[in-house]
Amino acid sequence: MAEKVLMKGNEAIAEAALRAGCRHYFGYPITPQTELAAYMAKRMPKIGGVFLQAESEISAINMVYGVSSTGKRVMTSSSSPGVSLKQEGISYIAGADLPALIVNVQRGGPGLGGIQPSQSDYFQATKGGGHGDYHLIVLTPASVQEMADLTALAFDLADKYRMPSMLLADGTLGQMMEPVELPEEEPHLIEKPWAVTGTEMKREHNIINSLYLVPEVLEKSNEERFERYKKIEEEEVRYEEYMMDDAEYGLVAFGIAARVAKNAVVALRQQGVKAGLIRPITVWPFPKKVIREAADRVKAFISVELSMGQMIEDVKLAEECRKPVYLCSRSGGMIPDPEQIITLVKELEGGNN
Amino acid sequence: MTEINAKRISLFMGHYGSGKTNIAINYAHRIRQSGKEVAIADLDIVNPYFRMKDSQEEMLKEGIDVIALPFANSSVDLPALPSAAYSLVQNTARYAVLDIGGDDRGALALGRFTPYIREENNYDVFFVANFYRPLTTTAADAMEVMREIEAASGLPFTGIINNSNLGAETTAATVLGTLERCAELSKLSGLPVVFTSVHESLEEELTGQIPRLFSLRLQHRIFDL
Repeated sequence: MAEKVLMKGNEAIAEAALRAGCRHYFGYPITPQTELAAYMAKRMPKIGGVFLQAESEISAINMVYGVSSTGKRVMTSSSSPGVSLKQEGISYIAGADLPALIVNVQRGGPGLGGIQPSQSDYFQATKGGGHGDYHLIVLTPASVQEMADLTALAFDLADKYRMPSMLLADGTLGQMMEPVELPEEEPHLIEKPWAVTGTEMKREHNIINSLYLVPEVLEKSNEERFERYKKIEEEEVRYEEYMMDDAEYGLVAFGIAARVAKNAVVALRQQGVKAGLIRPITVWPFPKKVIREAADRVKAFISVELSMGQMIEDVKLAEECRKPVYLCSRSGGMIPDPEQIITLVKELEGGNN
Repeated sequence: MTEINAKRISLFMGHYGSGKTNIAINYAHRIRQSGKEVAIADLDIVNPYFRMKDSQEEMLKEGIDVIALPFANSSVDLPALPSAAYSLVQNTARYAVLDIGGDDRGALALGRFTPYIREENNYDVFFVANFYRPLTTTAADAMEVMREIEAASGLPFTGIINNSNLGAETTAATVLGTLERCAELSKLSGLPVVFTSVHESLEEELTGQIPRLFSLRLQHRIFDL
């Protein structure tokens, strides 16, 4: 077993990316994700990699587009306002069927908002923040250990399905320090015959492009991409269930909200209330099936979020109107505390009995 | 617990996330408990998330003067220094504990106070080391950070504080496993290990196994995650 180290979530992402073979990082500083860029700035030159602080987020994401075309593992990171700026580039990368990792350590919005933690970019991350029909594979870590583990997974999935993936974290997870066991260094040799690497006069040119002026051709490219999305929805859904077997109240929460929700479940169980938690680890693809199945057993769902209520829409779609779905949330950089969840569940229980 | 023999000014610097703020707060408490007037300053211009201001009320109650950045905990991400910080170096009638931001970038903030500190010449500059931080896992790596900070602050370190820990997972073995590396850093740098700081829950177990223990109480958390 590798020796544990004490890391900030932002650092864990950076180190895990290096160990997953990423040698190209392009970014622009913004709180609360700056430690990620700072870590890359320190380490990349020592291992023959490239760290480049671009003049803007727009520039950084287009550098990612370029490097990805050559088949190299590449990433960028930012926080909410910066990720908004990257949306055009992300749409191009999706349209050109290129793998890349985009990290969003979310802060409160809209606009410049604040620097405190938030999950209010859920819509942007899961519904396609840029233009056109596309998805990102969106992974949501809930601990510093998962910041590392899901970074490696995000690279692998992006390569496997030739599409951008996103690590959707928040300011708390970026800043908090926890012990981490880092993954071993792995070469991650995934064949990329499509990459622009020079033909050496041995093959046809590879062309990376997202422009299709013939509508029939563009439609076909969209349909092919959605065939891949369908497969991902069948095979790559990840979630954790906690005390859901006999739960009457199903909390649904991801990331830092899930940590708070888990505390609430423990406290509620101690008070004799049967609560449980479904924690989506992928929010696209969303764990619809497990929620649909739980809908036959629970009395109600409670979506716990750091937003005005975004994931709650996916919970409602997944459970197909079988049970009421309530929102328990704070926004703007505030975090719901376990007491807020406990109070809501107890109110519901009072109403049901 | 080891007696501390504080100089008029005590500065805490090191790689960010090594535990400087918690150690500085505990150090100021110890000075205050010995009946001396003391002020503590948060001069961390780097990290707007983890702040001394979280413990401000408690310290003021004990009679420790707290000088925080003007925008600390306001979520305004503005790296400005408080004008009151000059009193730390100019008012020599009381002790001063300075918590400096991480790495060389944090130490830059100290530059304007360095001439006063040098002139008075009654100071300690402690290098806080956590050998479980990924960029300072070896003595050689820690030494590199130490030299970068010295170049930025213009002040030489005078001692090392071994604050090696794995957060909530820290055991006695966690700390004991770093003594050798810390001794190596001491040898490389020619600086003494002033003390080894551990969470108060480990003090009893480690007494007798480690010379010069310094027991820590950590900043208050609103709720555990």
